[in-house]
Amino acid sequence: MFYIIGGVAVLSALIMVTNKKPVSAAMSLIVTMLCLSGMYVILDAHLIAALQIIVYAGAIMVLFLFVIMLLNIQEKEGRLSGHKIFLQFAWIMLVGYVFISMVKLIGGDSLPARVEGSINGFGTTKAVGEILFTDFLLPFEIASILLLAAIVGAVILAKAKVD
Amino acid sequence: MEIIIPTINLASIYPEIVVTIFAVIVLLLHAFTPHHSPGGAGKGGDHLGYISFIGIAYATFLVFTQEGGTEYSFNGLWILDNYSRFFRLIFLLGTGLTILISVKYVKDEGINHGEYYSLILFATVGMMIMGGGADLITIFLGLELMSISLYVLAGYTRNRLTSNESSLKYFLLGSFATGFLLYGIALLYGATGTTNLKGISGFISESNFGNPILIMGMVLLVVGFGFKIASVPFHMWTPDVYEGAPSPITAFMSAGPKAAAFAAFARVFFEGLPSLQGVWVDLIWILAVLTMTVGNVIALVQNNIKRMLAYSSIAHAGYVLVAFVSANELGIGGILYYMLAYTFMNIGAFGIIIVVGGKGEKRVNVDDYTGLAYRHPVAAATMSLFLFSLAGIPPTAGFMGKFYIFSAAIKSGYIGLAIIGVINSVVSVYYYLRITVAMYMKEPESAVSGAESMPSLVFSTAMIIAMVIAAYGVLRMGIFPSAYIALAQQSHLSF
Amino acid sequence: MVPLNHYLYLSAILFTIGAVGVFTRRNALIIYMCIELMLNAVNLTFIAFSKFLNNMDGHIFAFMIMTVAAAEAAVGLAIILAIFRNRETVNVDDINLMKG
Repeated sequence: MFYIIGGVAVLSALIMVTNKKPVSAAMSLIVTMLCLSGMYVILDAHLIAALQIIVYAGAIMVLFLFVIMLLNIQEKEGRLSGHKIFLQFAWIMLVGYVFISMVKLIGGDSLPARVEGSINGFGTTKAVGEILFTDFLLPFEIASILLLAAIVGAVILAKAKVD
Repeated sequence: MEIIIPTINLASIYPEIVVTIFAVIVLLLHAFTPHHSPGGAGKGGDHLGYISFIGIAYATFLVFTQEGGTEYSFNGLWILDNYSRFFRLIFLLGTGLTILISVKYVKDEGINHGEYYSLILFATVGMMIMGGGADLITIFLGLELMSISLYVLAGYTRNRLTSNESSLKYFLLGSFATGFLLYGIALLYGATGTTNLKGISGFISESNFGNPILIMGMVLLVVGFGFKIASVPFHMWTPDVYEGAPSPITAFMSAGPKAAAFAAFARVFFEGLPSLQGVWVDLIWILAVLTMTVGNVIALVQNNIKRMLAYSSIAHAGYVLVAFVSANELGIGGILYYMLAYTFMNIGAFGIIIVVGGKGEKRVNVDDYTGLAYRHPVAAATMSLFLFSLAGIPPTAGFMGKFYIFSAAIKSGYIGLAIIGVINSVVSVYYYLRITVAMYMKEPESAVSGAESMPSLVFSTAMIIAMVIAAYGVLRMGIFPSAYIALAQQSHLSF
Repeated sequence: MVPLNHYLYLSAILFTIGAVGVFTRRNALIIYMCIELMLNAVNLTFIAFSKFLNNMDGHIFAFMIMTVAAAEAAVGLAIILAIFRNRETVNVDDINLMKG
């Protein structure tokens, strides 16, 4: 199961990066997100899996699609100058190097030992909510300020006329 | 079901609460007062700025009244110690000065909205949270609160193309850096099983600290924070963002958020990963040398003064990284002292840039400063003071800050690094003095350009207050540094 | 049970695809989608570690990352709208007035 979902996720991520049309890119990103949501179910993260669909695949990507359609962007990736291509190539090499070294690390025996035992209702809304509102109360409040600031900012930038 | 609420110590977050409340008040006040005055849109009164300033002043007062000592609260997610108190004062000072230099600017640009001040205050709350977070999750959320407010502020003059561009670049590269930071945090969490800084350092010290996942996570954290403090090679966004953003926001970004990123950077590395010091010191050594050198060398050839100060700000981040490498008590005191001095001198310099730039920021090239001393001797003298301080010429705060940092480096045996730093600050004198020379040595070209010559500069009351505070701070910290050094010394992290 | 490192491989692959996309694409919207992909990969890392360490802090972190991503998306798309209104383009190569 893991391998099927994982394969689809990687495939649609590749489609997203290579696709010319923003709408198709957004659609394949949604597929990747749905696959990840499946992963979360396998990993017993039920609340996060639901939120992944509702918030990411639902709200955020719909916002993307709205903007894409609102702007009606004409396809124009344009040619790159030689200097730019070289720069990009260098960056990709760097990222690739980091990636390879990371894979080496993960392949090694450096992973933490698996902790056995089970928390009652691991990953359910109730269990996550309980620690969210007790142990992690402060981050929760900070997140609310953050959302307020983001709303104010988005409104001020996107409004047609400010008075 | 029984729910156990952890200790909630509201007293330890009073200043944050006050600043948040004032942010909301300013927002609502603007929305519910009639502001369709004959002056047209965006021509409201100065009261919004002054109310925000009162909020900042009140929060500063609260920071002073908070009791000393180190205290954890909110289940270990929040820490109140001398270090976070000192950094809060830096942030509040930077914000207060920014508000004062904004008052006239926002009226000229037609952006005198409650939202402008509100976002500045929200960004300040984010910075204060970064300074006081004792857990990676708190630090991350504070960082994002600050960054999101800044993305918007950078693009606040919506009709100016450079401002749009600055905002877009800042946003894309900033969230890209956030991705790296988060991946680093995820790997640290995986390797240690906690995101709490004390928990991480406890775990590392009692188990194998050569774990490659841990090292990888740490390197990614360096990348993420490197973006936020604009160190080379993660500095590409800085010049464009600083040049394009509205000048008061550029001043703000170069002082507060940079200090906040350093606060979080130092806390994570000194408190969370002290056992890995052998590894990260070398990394940061390289970053420090690159940052100082590249920043100063590129600044030499800049003509736009905002862009020049952007590269200069990169170079200053390099000096602070030198203190970081020293990694002793003197070094941490050096970071604190230098960030305080930098706040005074950089915001001061930007204040003059705003005044000279005039409406629409038309005069931002070095040539525009030609002969300033003949027309406005006071403005030229003040500007020179700030530039001398940035260059590190005694008797200013910048000199003491550099002296402090380099002696910390020598004390921990990084003599080569200190020498590179001194050479760099000698190089930097050239481009700072170029402005001073233009102001004093060259005749104004009014005869040639006629009507194009510089109109009289208008200093608003708020601007004068800000300049007096900044100039006083620069001189006071330069001539009588002992009190500040003592304060910085006792604020170092306990590690 | 799938071992932990397979989850980490998957997340590293997705993260790398996102990072490469940021460098190769020129459309600001797609660059931002790539960044979203990177954040998703990070979330997967958190959830996988969380499961294997039997510790729910990772879930809270993933929750917060989602909140932040939503807030950033709103602000980011507003920025892109503002720039499109003035410039009629979202190509980052065309958006380059400042040079140094």
